[in-house]
Amino acid sequence: MRIKLTLFTQGGEPLTHAAGHSTLSHMSAISLKVNGRTHTLDLDPSTPLLYALSDDLELRGPKFGCGLGQCGACTAIVNGTAVRSCVTPVSTVVGKDIVTLEGLGTPEKPHPIQKAFIDEQAAQCGFCLNGVILTAKAFLDKNPKASESEIQQALSGVLCRCFTHVRMQQAIQRYAKEVAK
Amino acid sequence: MTPLAQAEPNRRSFLKGAGALIVGFRMLGDNAAQAQFAQAPLPGAPPIDQLDSWIAIAADGSITAFSGKEELGQGISTAQQQLVAEELSVPFERVKLIYCDTALTPDQAYTSGSQSHPANFNHGNLAQACATAREALLKMASQQLNVPVERLSAANGVISVKGDASKKVTYGQLVAGKKLNLTLDKQAKRKPASEWTVLGKPIGRPDMAAMATGQFEYVHNVRLPGMLHGRVVRPPAVGATVVSVDESSVQGMPGLVKVVTRKNFVGVVAEKPWQAMQAAEKLKVSWTAGSGLPKQTEFHEGLRRQPSRDVKLVDSKDTERTLAAAATVLKSTYYHPYQMHGSVGSSCAVADVQGDKATIYSPTQGVWYQKTTGAMILGLKPESVHVIFRRGAGCYGLNGADTVTYDAAILSQSVGKPVRVQLSRKDEMAWENYGNAWTIDERAGLDAKGNIIAWEHEAWTPGLGNRPGPETPGNVVTGMLIGYQPQAFRPGAAQEPKSYNNNSNGVPSYVAGHVGDKSEGTGTVKSEKVLVHNLVSPFWTGPLRSPARLQNTFAHESFMDELAARVKADPVEYRLRHLHDERVIGVLSAAAKAAKWEARPSPKTGNSKTGVVTGRGVACVAYEGDNGYTGIVVEVEVNQDSGKVAVKRMWVGIDAGPISNPDGLRNQAEGGALQGMSRALGEEVTWDDQKVTSVDWRSYHSLPLGFEIPKIECVLVNRPDEEATGAGETSITVMAAAIGNAIFDATGVRLRQIPLTAERVKEALRARG
Repeated sequence: MRIKLTLFTQGGEPLTHAAGHSTLSHMSAISLKVNGRTHTLDLDPSTPLLYALSDDLELRGPKFGCGLGQCGACTAIVNGTAVRSCVTPVSTVVGKDIVTLEGLGTPEKPHPIQKAFIDEQAAQCGFCLNGVILTAKAFLDKNPKASESEIQQALSGVLCRCFTHVRMQQAIQRYAKEVAK
Repeated sequence: MTPLAQAEPNRRSFLKGAGALIVGFRMLGDNAAQAQFAQAPLPGAPPIDQLDSWIAIAADGSITAFSGKEELGQGISTAQQQLVAEELSVPFERVKLIYCDTALTPDQAYTSGSQSHPANFNHGNLAQACATAREALLKMASQQLNVPVERLSAANGVISVKGDASKKVTYGQLVAGKKLNLTLDKQAKRKPASEWTVLGKPIGRPDMAAMATGQFEYVHNVRLPGMLHGRVVRPPAVGATVVSVDESSVQGMPGLVKVVTRKNFVGVVAEKPWQAMQAAEKLKVSWTAGSGLPKQTEFHEGLRRQPSRDVKLVDSKDTERTLAAAATVLKSTYYHPYQMHGSVGSSCAVADVQGDKATIYSPTQGVWYQKTTGAMILGLKPESVHVIFRRGAGCYGLNGADTVTYDAAILSQSVGKPVRVQLSRKDEMAWENYGNAWTIDERAGLDAKGNIIAWEHEAWTPGLGNRPGPETPGNVVTGMLIGYQPQAFRPGAAQEPKSYNNNSNGVPSYVAGHVGDKSEGTGTVKSEKVLVHNLVSPFWTGPLRSPARLQNTFAHESFMDELAARVKADPVEYRLRHLHDERVIGVLSAAAKAAKWEARPSPKTGNSKTGVVTGRGVACVAYEGDNGYTGIVVEVEVNQDSGKVAVKRMWVGIDAGPISNPDGLRNQAEGGALQGMSRALGEEVTWDDQKVTSVDWRSYHSLPLGFEIPKIECVLVNRPDEEATGAGETSITVMAAAIGNAIFDATGVRLRQIPLTAERVKEALRARG
């Protein structure tokens, strides 16, 4: 069995990406710690994290956008870093802290960055919000004094095809100010 | 399984117990814009002339509205909820809106073409249903309280006597248990905009919090008990057909349930998505060679030589003569590429086909046509197919939504279990119905004073397929793969126009649009001719946000700038000189004023021929002639060493009639402008001799979030006394020309081919010297 191993930069861009799928699939008990709870799932270890989250755990935050690590829709935060879950095998995140968009807050009690997006009405279809919010949050939490252009750089691998960029930038700036306090 | 997915509401049971107010009314098809899309509602749809097709009032006073216009991310559900709350004088939160479910909602054909605002906010459909309901409730209260209607007022779902608030009755009390059959007509009055307290306000979208916290249910999140996952295997080349499918190549793969082949459709079903993806990748399918594709570099000029179906929009029959007598004649050719919808989430649908019943969750823009065409492909009766809209990723027109719905239906039927299909990125991008490519010639004659005296527009555009109509599943790839044909193409000569048709802004804003004994265009040029050649496309095509309007406007507004430059006129003044429509004049003037436009001709004098230079550009449009208005000014920086263009600022004037939700309108104007900028600067479908090669985000160039976002100022022009028009497709329409004009202003070079890539800018600068 060959397991894909993918490392990520801050922005969630894959650094190395061993191509090819496993030729043999063995189901194994895989323990994942997601939003503070541990789940043991019967999975082929090469399964990308995205499918464990969106299908086995039925989470709605992480989404399939491209399956290639190019758009950000599948982003999850693993040990504080934004990763592209569509190209991250579950075997590489066992025992790590995985946070999804629903792990931050709820509609009744949104996380400050979620509240900033709601207040700015920073979405149209909303499909990309998962990647935008989690990428920005992971970056700002590690780089609370980041400049506007550094934030832009951090989001350079995230797509919003409705082009709600103006409001998203305003929402991120709002959160950035909170983090910098 | 989600609560929403569980609910397969039946209209009758839904209304039972809630009490129903049933009022018929006759005001169908009186909106010209709506008439364009009018198709007779399909049998089985809740009748459009019955109030309970639109509104239900429960005993507790809560109101449910049913609409055939769906939320795609454009904000229309919020505006519709505001409309209902306003007309019925109840708080916004008390209204629940249900849209596009073939068991529940009226058939309003597609949610498309900037038609939702005009269709549901003027004098028909939802707006008139609300007005009708309000008048009926007042009349009922008048009888119950024994007080004339004039002395009653409605607020918060309570009707009370003016001056004696103790005399009152609630909507719930009036309606509960009763079934009234009142027939009203269009005499029922809408509330005047001056009295609005809910409509016209920047109310936030009710779905925003759920989206921002990962709670919102997209079609991608629909989960049914026992649901399996499908994946399709598309042909490797355009025109390739199946020779054989080697099922043994995937035998024993974990989780694999079935390999499905139907004519040229191939797919797999597995227990889990990852298993389906692996099986689809491993499945050995032998295909014929493709039919071959024309060389991309020669494609646009080659269009002129194809058989065509011609449409003439205006012809004053004197353009040759006027041009021959003109002091100056200018001619330019513009090229626009195929572009993608490129939804950020690849398309997805969930179908549950068991025996002779089908329940389908689809992000389609036309649930009723999914019902009829879904029935065709499944061999079922339309009444056995229940289609429920669930939002997908933003589509901007005909993305893979309809085709993936067929994929899911076919795969579900072949396994007898619910199947979810989400396309791969490549399958989405290689086979969606692209926005059409165009080649456009513009020719104009000027008199000695520099005024335009004649304008000719001739365009070539290839098409294949479209949205599935009531009986055309072959309009998208899956339908074709299983044996249906796309809508027929018949070459033919143009007829003389009998009535005026702006036809997707084929007619330039600056001509008179004279047909018969009327001039219905927005401009002054009387010598005019517009001819369009429709051709067959090697790729699937369909409506992409501002279809044809955007490409035509790129040509018209670039050409207008060339004419102004030729006579050294200020581009805003020159436009105004040739326009008479006050609404397009209004938005153009609003944008220019906001930008503090300084009157002078382009190009700007004194710019260096090296390094970074700045320039400004302007463009405007009366969308479809009368369905939304935008004027825009942009400021760009051109790096003459790299060819890179950066838009620094933009000012957008927008007029969509009475503003239903200013924040929603602003969101659409901003998003449209930036999407237009991405399309203008980088987006282009590419291909080799067999297949499409722009199949991911490395090969199809959308601007990501990381670029330097221009500062955008929107001027919302409110027209409370006008008809509601479209809004979401206006600002995108003018961007390409505005940027091209600004590049010209900065550098003196004119680019006539989209996208305006750095390479093209550099090449043009090299030629300039």
